[in-house]
Amino acid sequence: MMKFINASLASAPRVNRRSFLKVTAMGSAGFMIGCGESAAPVADTAPVADAEPVTSSELNAFVKIGSDNHVTVVVKHLDMGQGVSTGLPTIVAEELDADWSQMHYEFAPSDPAVYANTFFGIQGTGGSTATANSWMQLRNAAAAARSMLVDAAAADWQVPAAEISVAGGEVAHTASGNRASFGELAAAAATMTPPETPSLKSPEQFTLIGAPLPRLDSASKTDGSANYTIDLERPGMKVALMTHPPRFGATVKSFDAEKALAMDGVVDVKAVERGVAVVAESFWAAKKARDALTIEWDNSAAEMRGSDQIMSDFKAMADTQGALARADGDSGAALAKASQVIEYRFELPFLAHATMETMDCVAELSEDGCDVWTGSQLQTVDHQTIATIAGVPMGNVRIHTQLAGGSFGRRAVPDSDYIAEAVSIAKAVDGAYPVKLIWTREDDFAGGRYRPMGYHVARAGIDEAGNPVGWEHRVVTQSFMVGTPFEGSIQNGVDASSVEGAAQLPYAIDDVTVDLHLARVGVPTLWWRSVGHTHNAWVAEVMIEQLARTAGQDPVEYRMNLLADHPRHQGVLKLAAEKAGWSTEPAEGIYRGVAVHESFSSYVAQIAEISIDSNGDLSVERVVCAVDCGVAINPDVIRAQMEGGIGMGIGAFLREAVHMDDGIVREQNFHLYRPLRINEMPPVEVHIVDSSEPPTGVGEPGLPPIAPALTNAIAAATGQVITKLPLAAQLKSG
Amino acid sequence: MKVTFSVNGESRTVDAPGDKPLLWVVREELGLTASKFGCGIAQCGACTVHLDGQPTRSCSIPVSAVAGRDVTTLEGVSGAAAEAVRGAWRKLDVVQCGYCQSGQMMSATALLENNPAPSDADIDTAMAGNLCRCATYQRIRAAIHEAADSLEG
Repeated sequence: MMKFINASLASAPRVNRRSFLKVTAMGSAGFMIGCGESAAPVADTAPVADAEPVTSSELNAFVKIGSDNHVTVVVKHLDMGQGVSTGLPTIVAEELDADWSQMHYEFAPSDPAVYANTFFGIQGTGGSTATANSWMQLRNAAAAARSMLVDAAAADWQVPAAEISVAGGEVAHTASGNRASFGELAAAAATMTPPETPSLKSPEQFTLIGAPLPRLDSASKTDGSANYTIDLERPGMKVALMTHPPRFGATVKSFDAEKALAMDGVVDVKAVERGVAVVAESFWAAKKARDALTIEWDNSAAEMRGSDQIMSDFKAMADTQGALARADGDSGAALAKASQVIEYRFELPFLAHATMETMDCVAELSEDGCDVWTGSQLQTVDHQTIATIAGVPMGNVRIHTQLAGGSFGRRAVPDSDYIAEAVSIAKAVDGAYPVKLIWTREDDFAGGRYRPMGYHVARAGIDEAGNPVGWEHRVVTQSFMVGTPFEGSIQNGVDASSVEGAAQLPYAIDDVTVDLHLARVGVPTLWWRSVGHTHNAWVAEVMIEQLARTAGQDPVEYRMNLLADHPRHQGVLKLAAEKAGWSTEPAEGIYRGVAVHESFSSYVAQIAEISIDSNGDLSVERVVCAVDCGVAINPDVIRAQMEGGIGMGIGAFLREAVHMDDGIVREQNFHLYRPLRINEMPPVEVHIVDSSEPPTGVGEPGLPPIAPALTNAIAAATGQVITKLPLAAQLKSG
Repeated sequence: MKVTFSVNGESRTVDAPGDKPLLWVVREELGLTASKFGCGIAQCGACTVHLDGQPTRSCSIPVSAVAGRDVTTLEGVSGAAAEAVRGAWRKLDVVQCGYCQSGQMMSATALLENNPAPSDADIDTAMAGNLCRCATYQRIRAAIHEAADSLEG
């Protein structure tokens, strides 16, 4: 599929090649996923019957104000659950001095010239950057809009602008007694010249930022009116299902569609780039017809290995030194002189994103080009893929970003896999009808793009006083940058995303080596909520814990002493320890484990409390979490993301894994791939560090510390250091 | 085949293959899209509706089996428990991506209709069939307690 993107880079009229170069240069650590949430395109706005028609005035690319007094924030990011459709409007409402009840949002069109993620240079959501990259952009846009409202009022009332105040969505001039709503001023305000440097509030003036504001998407998501891609209808639309090769890399040799085509409701069966598409009047007709297809697959280029074999191959690679990601001092010499050295070997499985809404996309070809409705997490990349496959100019492609029923990184695909399929099918039928492609759950689980497997070897030593001397962390994994527009982020054999959180080990240790082997595996992988941090935080925080215990020192105090140069790590660790009552003994039968980790410029510490019953079954009793993400724009959204990251992380720790047997995915539905359920969710307490630093992301950083915190709690309870995930696999193998 | 059943209090007749799951009938034939497709094998609960008042995975029941019966989807669910659940879900901002929440709310409503003061264990039993990949479980639990309190008050 790379050829599509390369082709579009060469030929598309509006492609921003520089943008790709920027992404590439920035490296992978800056470009990662988001996580899960979404909201209605025109959120919770009921049409008003028998009223004046509502007119909407664009004050700038991000702020529209209607004559009905609604302020609509144009959200350039995908909301997949993480809450940007509440968070970004909060920033706007603050600088605009709007009332929260008048705030609405809509998703931006695909247009990188206006709506690029300023950290990426292309339009896209990931790396927990949505808030961080929008912070100053939206403050400036909103402050400019506020100034234009004031200027419009000043002109109307013939009073000096400096005497006009704005509060709670109302513009007022006290001396003259003039007052107006935003809606009354919007049309005139849109004609005003925006200020070159709008004046921004100082943090102590904030009234909405940091306040407990209700989410803008709660209403539509609790009455059934929120529309996701799967809910869309277009005139004449048909439903398509794909049959993918059972093994990654296999292709269609031949197929027999005679039976399928004869079935009720079946419209077309077409071979496309990624398999065989069945198109029908309904999902059920398409599914039954798909079951009736006979396909012979060509496995000559397929990945035939099972996951056990891949892990064995990873282990063999770990015997030699890999590409250096960090080389401070001489770790070998330091370890040779250490009074004690510990070594552990860690195994991590493939993980599925398993979004509740499977991959889906609506594609419609017309004389005007191509319209696509989907929860796009990388609009600019998807835009190029669509233009190339549809054979239309970039300017005639329109992406209508939809609410996504979860993503966790899955909908940011360098080759736009499921979007490419939908457009391919529409193209294969010459645009005869709009196509809604729906992946079944089995398609979704067997569709690849997993969190890569990993095999890590870590050694570390202490001196006679218990201080760490020498740290070596070898990572064997798979890069998902290879063969994508982001391949340039691999420098000297190091994919920064593979070692993120390992290469940045914050502890004061003089001699540190981190090296990396990138294995070639035919299973497509992808960023999965917090990306490399899911591997590396586990290894690093289990290792430091074992050093502390080997030294006979308190694990929190040991870390605090080694983090003197990292006050924000210290801040969250101290806060979590205080709130968890670390200095007091836990109740009988309760064991604690701690971990602290920075990812995506946010700092999170967690203390997990567990018990283990007489059958050896683990129960997570409570998790105390402290987070420092700079200015806390929506504290409740931050809490929600920490709760969710912890819950997802516990599920992954306990049971989640994707295996292949002879190249065929074993876990194809939720009876075999088992995320956390409510009965296993512990109470989670989230404490937010008070900060005036610029805001950073929260979609991902809540996840990495939970696996090491649990591992460390189990070690506290049993002495056993878990080194293979998921836990179920570890226990089974004894 | 033609099948007649009640949907949200109205009698509806659909012409669909008898083996077509109820989920796809309400979504595709009746335009009621609150009930979501998640797994197709009754493992995730995103498709939960009430069938004669009982929470039921609509992805795994053929439409032929609902002839003459009462189906309620989130769009039409009403009554004190349903209103309490909706109010609590909004008050606590339970939703993240929101995709599973229709099913969650239908399961929670059925629970409260049968047990107006559920314990945590009751909630676990009633709600363990509803997956939430965003892991909003802590708030789901709190919202059910909140709804129970509001019903009592």
